[in-house]
Amino acid sequence: MNVSPRTEESGLLIRDLRIAIGGKTLFNLSLSIRPGEIITIMGPSGTGKSALLACVSGLLPPVFSAEGEVWLGSRRIDELPAHLRKTGLLFQDDLLFPHLSVAGNLKFSIDERMGRAERNVTVESALATAGLSGFGGRDPATLSGGQRARVSLLRVLLSEPRALLLDEPFSKLDPELRDQFRQYVFNEARLRMLPVLMVTHDPADHRAAGGQLIKIGTANE
Amino acid sequence: MNPSKGEGLWLRLVPAVVFIILVVPTACGLLGVFLPAFGYFPALGGSEFTLQHWRLLLEAPGLFRSVILTIWIGLASTVLSLATVVLLFAQFHDTRVFWLVRRTLSPLLSIPHVAIAIGLALVIAPSGLLFRFVAQFLPDLDVPPDLLIVHDRMGLSLIGALVLKEAPFLFLMSLAALPQINPTQSLATARTIGYTPTIAWIKVVLPRLYRQIRLPVLAVLAYSLSVVDAALIVGPTTPPPLGVAVFKWMSEPELRDRFIAAAGAVLVLCITLFGTTLWIGLERLLILLGRRWLELGSRKQGAKAISIAAYAVGILLLTFILLSAGAILLWAFAGNWPYPNVAPDFLTAATWNTNSRQFLWPLFNALIIGGAASLLALAFTVSLLERDVHRRTNTQDWMRNLLYVPLIVPQIAFLPGMQILLIALHLDSNIYSVIAAHLVFVLPYVYLSLSDPWAHFDDRYRQTAMAMGATPRRALFRVRLPMLLAALLTAAAVGFAVSVGQYLPTLLVGAGRVPTVTTEAVALASGGDRRLVAVLAMLQSLLPLGAFLVAVFVPLIVFRNRRGVRTT
Repeated sequence: MNVSPRTEESGLLIRDLRIAIGGKTLFNLSLSIRPGEIITIMGPSGTGKSALLACVSGLLPPVFSAEGEVWLGSRRIDELPAHLRKTGLLFQDDLLFPHLSVAGNLKFSIDERMGRAERNVTVESALATAGLSGFGGRDPATLSGGQRARVSLLRVLLSEPRALLLDEPFSKLDPELRDQFRQYVFNEARLRMLPVLMVTHDPADHRAAGGQLIKIGTANE
Repeated sequence: MNPSKGEGLWLRLVPAVVFIILVVPTACGLLGVFLPAFGYFPALGGSEFTLQHWRLLLEAPGLFRSVILTIWIGLASTVLSLATVVLLFAQFHDTRVFWLVRRTLSPLLSIPHVAIAIGLALVIAPSGLLFRFVAQFLPDLDVPPDLLIVHDRMGLSLIGALVLKEAPFLFLMSLAALPQINPTQSLATARTIGYTPTIAWIKVVLPRLYRQIRLPVLAVLAYSLSVVDAALIVGPTTPPPLGVAVFKWMSEPELRDRFIAAAGAVLVLCITLFGTTLWIGLERLLILLGRRWLELGSRKQGAKAISIAAYAVGILLLTFILLSAGAILLWAFAGNWPYPNVAPDFLTAATWNTNSRQFLWPLFNALIIGGAASLLALAFTVSLLERDVHRRTNTQDWMRNLLYVPLIVPQIAFLPGMQILLIALHLDSNIYSVIAAHLVFVLPYVYLSLSDPWAHFDDRYRQTAMAMGATPRRALFRVRLPMLLAALLTAAAVGFAVSVGQYLPTLLVGAGRVPTVTTEAVALASGGDRRLVAVLAMLQSLLPLGAFLVAVFVPLIVFRNRRGVRTT
């Protein structure tokens, strides 16, 4: 795969990334994602798809080892700790913090420096954009699956990520809800010009995303 | 490509600190016992190595019987406790009775040895509840029979008290271990081949379960082989088990006896090692015989006998638990209560009012020491576990084994040495040293209690938080810890219960000047005031019970509007 060493101002660049476990290489990868572009990674289980996302976000479990470079815009991020990388992460479960209210979950991800009043306004308007006005005080456990999924996306977006990493984020939703939510996520990502790296099993995810498809663990080995 | 670990100086230091907390006191204590046992201890005037103290020890009257008695009590109470658990599980697993048993035994676990021994004594003594019941039907018993029951020479009462405490402990340990071996499937398989549920459980679940609870069983054995507190209350006296004998020598004013005590402490250690070896030998033998029995393929044989034994054991256990608790409650509030009446003439709070000076200060001490030790232990445990989150190497394996050191090494074998060292350093008889000494025994239990819920926490919550910009510290304090509130409080309650129950560390390190409800209960148990002893036993049981109530209800209240949070 040929990738230009130069990346767009706010794209995601992965250069010569090698992830290994116990000395055994899982894959080598280089790729470049432009702002608003969605690149899909597919491959059988156990090939390290989730490890790739974990590595980019700085959360690679200690049993893995990684070499290579990850750039976000003009910053090299692979040596930064996870909380400074600004890579939003969405899993197949919504993982809303069960001990916080819906608004509490959203406030958790807002920059600490924002004032209290502004925080409240931000949360309320974010909820309104997702059709969830007035849900702020609710217990996340009382929301429907679709509502929870939307809150979890809002939560990621409020942390103002510079890239979006999706780990099979639609696989647990009902088929009908899945299309709807997928469109919602992709639209938000394109609207904000975020580079998106998506790992999935579902070919429909790739069809909806358009964009490049990379298979790992098979031909790339 | 090695991002800086989210690990501060504290997290890097914490394993060393915990190592020091757990191992240094034990090691120093053992050294402080071994040296004087062989005559060397300048602070006490022993400047050269000699075997003289061993000769004096071996010549002490009744020593041989003491040793035999110790081994008998240790093995018998461990065998009986384990047999009780096996019978209850084999007969009642997956039934509603089991659920009931589980509910009754769980709170019992928090009741300290001393309170159980006191309760049992109030039931079985010649003027106790049992004989009062019998006397209703046997007019000849209008005066208490002249029998040595409570301090019987065979140690049967002591064995009873130990089983009442250790059987519930092993029961709950087994309950915790069961999910790891996933018994439902193999049970179903055995059932379809024609095994009765009871035999099926013993043949397919027990062998795997035993492997999981082996360390707790060995801890029970080590404890029973060296017990002092409960033995002072219901154990034999002429001669006493070895642990008590050592304790008595330590309390003698003559310096010479200190050296004999040290030699005795080493002997306790040897006996514990010997008993453990014997136990492991017994295990081997049982495995051999068990395998034959397994391969015989008998499906029903013995099921009837096991069933009868299980009911008998269950009823006996439950009866004595209820009677002991009832006896403590009644005596704590008893007015005039002459023999052979089964109930006091009237109930009164007089004992509480007139003796408040005798229990308020010890109660306060127990609260402070237990609170401080369990919170410190919680802080260390969380730090250790959080460190593992960031680390490539897992401390858990060696840490877990290390944690058992203070649980397996008998207290009476190293606390005397620790006491001598503390006296030499002028660090004895203050509450801080007592808290530090308790921490040695509290930390292992808190760690064991918290490590499972911690490991089962879905790490993606932390990852999500960090990907949104939360620092490791924020992810810990705002996400993981609140979500684990119930587990944290339970672990703290376990630690608190362990601390409240400590007798030897409190007495020896506190040099008798930091009394708690436990040391006072033991001190008064040999006296005559049953009412006051019952009050202390009750307080001693209420403290841990209160801690567990807090652990149950606080999460329920805090998260009453958060259905998604686990509150158990």
